[in-house]
Amino acid sequence: MSIQVRNLSYVYNAGMPDEQKALDNVSFEVYNGQIASIIGHTGSGKSTLVQHLNGLLKPSEGTIIVGGTDITEAGVAMREIRQKVGLVFQYPEYQLFEETVAADVAFGPKNLGLDEMEINDRVREALSLVGLDVDEVGERSPFDLSGGQKRRVAIAGIIAMRPQVLILDEPTAGLDPGAHREIIDMIRKVHEKEENIVIFVSHNMDDVAALSDKVLVMDRGQLMMSGTPQEIFHQRERLANAGLDIPSAAKLMMQLRKSGCEVPVDALTREDAAKELAAYLQGKSRKC
Amino acid sequence: MLRDITLGQYYPGSSPIHRLDPRVKIIATLLFIVELFIVNNFIGFAICAAAMAICVIVSKVPLSFIMRGLKPIIIILLFTFLLNIFMVDGKVIWTLGPLEVTKEGLITAIFMAIRLILLIIGSSLLTLTTTPIRLTDGIERLLSPFERFGLPAHDIAMMMSIALRFIPTLLEEADKIMKAQQARGADFESGNIMRRAKSLIPILIPLFVSAFRIAQDLAMAMESRCYRGGKGRTRLHEMRFHRKDVISMIVLFVFLAGIIVERMLVESDI
Ligand SMILES: Nc1ncnc2c1ncn2[C@@H]1O[C@H](COP(=O)(O)OP(=O)(O)OP(=O)(O)O)[C@@H](O)[C@H]1O
Ligand SMILES: [Mg+2]
Repeated sequence: MSIQVRNLSYVYNAGMPDEQKALDNVSFEVYNGQIASIIGHTGSGKSTLVQHLNGLLKPSEGTIIVGGTDITEAGVAMREIRQKVGLVFQYPEYQLFEETVAADVAFGPKNLGLDEMEINDRVREALSLVGLDVDEVGERSPFDLSGGQKRRVAIAGIIAMRPQVLILDEPTAGLDPGAHREIIDMIRKVHEKEENIVIFVSHNMDDVAALSDKVLVMDRGQLMMSGTPQEIFHQRERLANAGLDIPSAAKLMMQLRKSGCEVPVDALTREDAAKELAAYLQGKSRKC
Repeated sequence: MLRDITLGQYYPGSSPIHRLDPRVKIIATLLFIVELFIVNNFIGFAICAAAMAICVIVSKVPLSFIMRGLKPIIIILLFTFLLNIFMVDGKVIWTLGPLEVTKEGLITAIFMAIRLILLIIGSSLLTLTTTPIRLTDGIERLLSPFERFGLPAHDIAMMMSIALRFIPTLLEEADKIMKAQQARGADFESGNIMRRAKSLIPILIPLFVSAFRIAQDLAMAMESRCYRGGKGRTRLHEMRFHRKDVISMIVLFVFLAGIIVERMLVESDI
């Protein structure tokens, strides 16, 4: 399983006075077992890009190959694509509609034509993966839950379809720190369990550094850079030009360096930074 | 898909028509509609169509854009055309089984079709060249003399502008929800009518929830900015008649008189 995007361009409202090129010649690959993240300033085309990956938008130009199938060709079975590629939208809690949480999570699997036993199993499992107990919330109305819980129910609705590629568009936007951490842990857990591809859009560089194998940087509709977090976050200037930042741990190490401490500046996550600092403080070359 | 709806859409521009006082444009549109019903012969229509064409050219709105407004009414147009063709009595020129096409029927059908097309183009030119805000401002000012008789002109205008303002927002919201449910495997296109109607539930419920949320937010935002209805409210854009507006009004009424005279001089076609 892999996703290959080649020379993808997309124009909104083509031929109208407010026509807008949202994607411009974007090419990249994501391979099996990888977690990829997409970063970029507001309006850089991240949401537009992920909506192409499960065929919700048709490219103006270019091809998208998901697991060997070209999904831009006429006549491909969209149902199959949507089963393979699960997309959680920005603010997914606004798409809940069923009377009970369990029924809402079951909506996707039902559309796949699964039998009832299987659906019930999947609902239970998906809810527990997002940290909710079906016996506790299953029969409640989704509209009575808190914002963070709603978000998790909506994500469970996609996980229950067991997609081979799970895409999340800003899954932590607008959540408190606790709910934020839970969602990030949940992404990691789902990825370990399902061994799928995960692609997530985020404005949080700490999450990006901690989770991803690959980072895609969008700037004004173009793919500006792509590579490992190490490769990307060491190009601080270019990121700043695209309106982006580096992880807070990396920033701290840079500040220390600036104030005269010769600490190494490779760390991107808090854990790595702590290790490097500890090693530095115990080492002989210590100067501050 | 939903975004193709161009109801009341504005085409940005700075042509003389765009810059006219909205009241003049509203009156012009109303007069044009009246004129379309005064006219009873094809020469009259030719004059109206020519006036219309001049306005369209001056407005610099592309023809393709105006034609798009006709698309949704093609079915209505065809229906009235066929109804007229077969239902009017007169000299039979063509039979099709039990149906008879008469000469009078054909003429009436063409007549009605022209009237309908000009009507739609005329009124869409108003919304294409006037922003919703200016439009409702204009309506409010035109209705304000009737406030004395208890007509809540300001509230009507405010409701209209809010409704117009939120059509695109709700369409966008519907589009988003539709995509989200499609991502969960929902299928809106196949199956019989019952199945399709049922498949709308996952769209309609979140849409209603959103609509109420938006309405509540808006009410709160308006109240926190001390909105208390129309009394004593001043406005950012004071509307004033300029010379071009006065001249336009004169031209409009001369044109109306011309159409009436034309009807008296030329023999009726229907
Ligand atoms: N439905 C639409 N119709 C017209 N233009 C759109 C539409 N959706 C997005 N755009 C435009 O396309 C561009 C890319 O938008 P997109 O939503 O993909 O950005 P984004 O990177 O996801 O931003 P954010 O971080 O705010 O979510 C923007 O300039 C936006 O104005
Ligand atoms: Mg987005």
